[in-house]
Amino acid sequence: CNDLDLEPYNEVTSIQVYEDFGNYKNVLAKLYGGLAVSGQQGPAGDPDISGLDEGASTYIRAYWKLQELPTDEAIIAWNDEGLPTLNTMQWSSDNGFVAAMYYRIFYQISLANEFIRETSDDKLAARGIVDADLETTRLYRAEARFLRALSYYHALDMFGNVPFVTEEDGVGAYFPEQTNRADLFAYVESELLDILPNLVDARQNEYARADKAAAWMLLAKLYLNAEVYIGEDRYTDAITYLNQVIGSGYSLEPNYNHLFLADNHLSEELIFPVAFDGVNTTSFGGTTFLVNAAVGGTMDREEFGIPGGWQGLRTRPEVVQLYPGTDGSPDARGLFHTEEQNLDIEDVAIFQDGYAVIKYKNVTREGQRGSSPGNDQVDTDFPLFRLADAYLMYAEAVLRGGSGGGEAQALAYINELRERAYGDASGNITAGQLNLDFILDERARELKWEGHRRTDLVRFGRFTSADYIWQWKGGTFEGNAVEDYRDLYPLPAADLTANPRLEQNEGY
Amino acid sequence: GNAQAQTVGGTVRDAETGETLPFVNVLIKGTAKGTTTGMDGNYSIDIQSSEDILVFSFIGYDAKEIQVGNKSTIDVELQGNTKQLDEVVVVGYGTQKKSDLTGSVGSVVRDDFNAGQVTNPEELITGKVAGVQITPNGGSPGSGGKIRIRGGSSLNASNDPLIVIDGVPIDNSTVSGAANPLSFLNPNDIATFDILKDASATAIYGSRASNGVVLITTRKGKAGQQTRVNASSLVSLSRVNNTVDLLSADQFRTVVEEQASPSQQALVGDANTDWQDVIYQDAISYDNNVSVTGALKEVLPFRVSVGYLNQDGILRTDNLERTSASLNLNPSFFDDRLHVNFNVKGVLTKSRFANQDAIGAAAAFDPTKPVYDTDGLGGFCEWTNDNGTPQTLAPRNPLGLLMQKNDQGEVKRSIGNLQLNYDLPFVDGLKANLNLGYDITSSEGDIVIPSSSAAGFNEGGSIDHYEQSKENFLVDFYFNYARDFKSAGSINATAGYSFQDFLTINPTFERVNEEGEVLEPAGIETRPQYRLISYFGRVNYNLNDKYLFTATVRADGSSRFNPDNRWGIFPSLAAAWRVSEENFLKANETLSDLKLRLGYGVTGQQDIGSYFPYLPRYVQSDDASRYILGDSYYTTLRPEGYDSDIKWEETTTYNIGIDYEFWNGKLYGTLDYYFKKTDDLLAEIPVPAGTNLTNRLFTNVGSIENKGVEFGINYNVVKNANLNWDIGANYTYNESTITSLSNVEEDAEGILVGGISGGTGNTIQVHTVGFQPNAFYVYEQVYDNEGNPIEDLYVDQNGDGLINAEDLIRNGYPNAKHFFGFNSSTRYKGWSLAFSLRGNIGNKAYNNVHSANAAYQSLRFPDYLNNMPVDVLRTNFQNYNLRSDYYLEDASFIRMQNLSLGYDFGKIFGSSVGLKANATVQNVFVITDYNGVSPEISPGVDNNTGGGIDNNFYPVPRIYSFGLNFSF
Repeated sequence: CNDLDLEPYNEVTSIQVYEDFGNYKNVLAKLYGGLAVSGQQGPAGDPDISGLDEGASTYIRAYWKLQELPTDEAIIAWNDEGLPTLNTMQWSSDNGFVAAMYYRIFYQISLANEFIRETSDDKLAARGIVDADLETTRLYRAEARFLRALSYYHALDMFGNVPFVTEEDGVGAYFPEQTNRADLFAYVESELLDILPNLVDARQNEYARADKAAAWMLLAKLYLNAEVYIGEDRYTDAITYLNQVIGSGYSLEPNYNHLFLADNHLSEELIFPVAFDGVNTTSFGGTTFLVNAAVGGTMDREEFGIPGGWQGLRTRPEVVQLYPGTDGSPDARGLFHTEEQNLDIEDVAIFQDGYAVIKYKNVTREGQRGSSPGNDQVDTDFPLFRLADAYLMYAEAVLRGGSGGGEAQALAYINELRERAYGDASGNITAGQLNLDFILDERARELKWEGHRRTDLVRFGRFTSADYIWQWKGGTFEGNAVEDYRDLYPLPAADLTANPRLEQNEGY
Repeated sequence: GNAQAQTVGGTVRDAETGETLPFVNVLIKGTAKGTTTGMDGNYSIDIQSSEDILVFSFIGYDAKEIQVGNKSTIDVELQGNTKQLDEVVVVGYGTQKKSDLTGSVGSVVRDDFNAGQVTNPEELITGKVAGVQITPNGGSPGSGGKIRIRGGSSLNASNDPLIVIDGVPIDNSTVSGAANPLSFLNPNDIATFDILKDASATAIYGSRASNGVVLITTRKGKAGQQTRVNASSLVSLSRVNNTVDLLSADQFRTVVEEQASPSQQALVGDANTDWQDVIYQDAISYDNNVSVTGALKEVLPFRVSVGYLNQDGILRTDNLERTSASLNLNPSFFDDRLHVNFNVKGVLTKSRFANQDAIGAAAAFDPTKPVYDTDGLGGFCEWTNDNGTPQTLAPRNPLGLLMQKNDQGEVKRSIGNLQLNYDLPFVDGLKANLNLGYDITSSEGDIVIPSSSAAGFNEGGSIDHYEQSKENFLVDFYFNYARDFKSAGSINATAGYSFQDFLTINPTFERVNEEGEVLEPAGIETRPQYRLISYFGRVNYNLNDKYLFTATVRADGSSRFNPDNRWGIFPSLAAAWRVSEENFLKANETLSDLKLRLGYGVTGQQDIGSYFPYLPRYVQSDDASRYILGDSYYTTLRPEGYDSDIKWEETTTYNIGIDYEFWNGKLYGTLDYYFKKTDDLLAEIPVPAGTNLTNRLFTNVGSIENKGVEFGINYNVVKNANLNWDIGANYTYNESTITSLSNVEEDAEGILVGGISGGTGNTIQVHTVGFQPNAFYVYEQVYDNEGNPIEDLYVDQNGDGLINAEDLIRNGYPNAKHFFGFNSSTRYKGWSLAFSLRGNIGNKAYNNVHSANAAYQSLRFPDYLNNMPVDVLRTNFQNYNLRSDYYLEDASFIRMQNLSLGYDFGKIFGSSVGLKANATVQNVFVITDYNGVSPEISPGVDNNTGGGIDNNFYPVPRIYSFGLNFSF
């Protein structure tokens, strides 16, 4: 009766996990799954991060909210604390949704660091992992570094000056140093360039895993926004990698609406998706949120393949007005539910104010409902990177003066998108119509509700400024400019308390 | 040759006053034959033999035995036993005379227990002991109460006291299929509660003692006792006595007309339904108990009891059925050198848990709708879409929720121990004590929701099965040495070893629908386990009954911590000076006892929820949380956050106390001041981002302080042959302050806690350094001239022209700083009348029922209408203003817990059967300014909720009960 050394049941110690190569893919699956689910129990119950609502603190849901809710593309009715201030760009450093994104980013980074640390060549050699297993592990390690770079890119874009930790730092009690945008930019760039040779060629990896094209796409995003991040013109670099992406054999999904359905994994347009499944990959985040929260009022639940809506998300009139119609014609991308909805948003808390967006659905192209037996979990994958975005980025980089591409090619890419949307050439534009303002609008038409809008508006100088206002921007119905510092989110107050080495972003 | 029938008679008197005593029991020892004295104190009884022994007994007096011999007249004087100093109190690993105690210990014996329908043991002592607060968890049968001794000493670790039943520390964690882990113990089997409060008393329990220790001793037989059968039967009626003040159907129609859009107005119906009336019922319960006490062949004392309780809840479909049995044997062998104490208790509970969502639904469901609708889902009127499918966001029919969820759990639990206490032959005063105990629970249950119901419609019904088993084992072994060195004092020393292992097995099952489709895959089976190994010792030194010293130490090892931090040492020291034994007071007849106590001790807390918090470990995902890579879904492996250096919380307690007694026990009580400081506080705090495998970690950080005063007083107002009246009062002041919460900045906002309804993820409380835990964190509402709140207008605390998080204030706390109890017990001849009152002063409650419902926003949903509390007519709020301090109310209260009237018929049916009857009302009234259902809201299972948040609270009913008690 003197033994206090008990062993956990159905849990394994870190040493046991890494002794067996058979476990590595399951750890890698967690790194990818960290973008989708909330924890180890679906759809909820054993969360990865705590102190915040479990569903609301999933990666894609938090990312989507910070990228979309403050913009013209979306508005949400709910009064969860902190959410209304996202609608109106009045957030402060104790905003729970800002914290959710921040902690999700660092959760991913910590997980990747742990995996990278535990799969160093030295450690693998010590464990006798050799030959094909060794090569496979090195590939996993490269993908883990890609995922870490992706999250650091999100940190760079949304928070700027964040704590910096790599696999060199262990797990324990210490205060990480704060990095800045320039250093973080350089780090993300060097990481991506460094792993590129080790990644699988474009379109050759397993579904939902990162390949070279995913890394190129991320590099291109880094370069396209380099003026915002580090004040440098890197459009030529952006075009270099966009050419690689576009030349890899992806093709536009013939029917625009099929991109957002329960079987969108079949699409040849997806470059890097975050996968969801109504049975196997469930949470109250991701596309489950995007499908359910967008349904309310007189919308037909059957059409969306869900039992009922959460009555939250609509769009603002400024975005509706970017389209020639509201019923999907002539531009298929302009599809709104307008019955018993008001175009103007007089009361943010009422679902009827603002047109509802018809986009993400839990039905297949054959009209089949998603796989979950009756509940509201959806099968639709989230298109984090897709070819149309690459086309638009290419056109923008060319227009902004990058070399390695041409305006004729840019026009051709844009018109490919428009032909798909219009069904014919009637919506095509001329070279004279192709300018940066058009690109910004076209990005909204093509990519609305896909998590790009805040970054786009910042890049165009229109996120906070008076150059472009929309209803409830700044907290008034007519809209008004807000302080420039809101181009970046604040570091959460909780981390400033926990880590005395951090300094708050300017203005907060 | 002595078999000679004769008649014996005489008079029984009070030894002090000389007054005659009626109703005294006179029994022939070892038989069931007996009588009682008449109003004149006279008795007469026929005996069989001159060797018969008569036993005279009466409540409040010491029993007396007299052998008849050849006397025909036996007059008896009985000595009143008010002197409580000779009472024996159970302390950890032994007993002590009350007069010898150096620590702060509160005791409640059977005679003082609360009467009426008491389902859970802790309800027996609610309001009886200073420093002990028992807050009801709600009105559901068996839900019991939350016990807090001297406030909580932790923030996130458990604040529950250690509970020890007959020497076996029990696992007090949640049991699947039971409302409360203590509901398995039949209150009728309990003899005494001894509550160890300060560290000098509790430190013998080391790492589990920071929140006090409750020692429960069950009833036993006595050697030489005649066999007695006791049967009791209690029938009770529970009735809801407070509900939410909602708009009536007519008021609702008016409000909809004024406030809602035409399309919403079209949704109004013409029924008049009071949904709270529909979901609550008058509930009947029966509680029957039989016990047999005695001594087989005079040498094997035993007690056997059987109990059966069937209790309905006031919320329809709520029911608890409990069958319990217990056996105690406590024989002695080898000329009393070996004492054996053997206990086995077994219980079977069958519960049907009512769907408590119905409480919130009754507050929100449209009162203009009828209960039933033959075309509706499952025959109930529900909010549906045009195609007849249920609306997912609308409230559900409250009665439908109750009738269409069958949630049944069955728990079998047995706890038992064998204690051997052996007087070692070679060393005088040396005893060895071995205690082997177990606590085993096995539970299972099913939750079934039919596909015909609104709740089950979309999933095609739902069938959920669960099981759980718990296996806990205990081995204690200790030596006890007692010796009196006369003028050099006496010594009583104990030293021992203890081992306890706790294992829970949680198998998992898939949740399926009626067609057998899997709705949720089976999760990952868990088997949390921990083990404690301890060495402990105690020395009591008594010099001339004047100077008393106690020193204890416990070394505890817990499997929860890393081998380097695993062992903790928990010492205590205490001294007491019995001033009244000094010569200058000894002759004083007024002040019959005065003792000063001084104690210091360190205790720990290892009950931190997690079982391997120090170990880097990976957890597998369940099948619904996999991720696709290529064509296959992979279960994921997640590294858990960990703190390899995590260790005990340590609470240091200082206690200074006075025990006083006047006029030989006519007035007595205690006064204590305590100061507790918990360091290495285990709290869940945000870690610096990027440094761990989670964002919040359970770690040793910060400190919390508790200080308080406890005062207890008991007074015997009058005592004579016919009338006895005792009153008692207790008062506690307790104040907690968080003194540190992190290793760095201390002026931070703090940690948001106290989840509320109305949106997801909203909170209303905060833990901040410099404040009490769980401070309500709110905006200060601005009011108009009529005193009504102005919507969206709050005080701009920092004057920056904006209302944002910087204007939140900490405004009050859910925990009362002052609480008190008052008891009165009167006996007049055969009648007895008792009542108890208790109350809190200065606590606040947040009315979440109002804040999340009482706004016209409830009428803004396009396809359904929500009812609102009447409060909306005062505020006229359009939107929910969750953070307004308007919803924070003073929740001070006085509650009459208990009012009980009894009559002792004495012997009926010839002279062999005694009969007592009693009628009790529980929860008689509550005086409070609080506007919600109950001013007293317990913290619930999860400490983070902090209590004081009134969110669809299950009302505690008023209970009327009538009981009969037969003995023969």
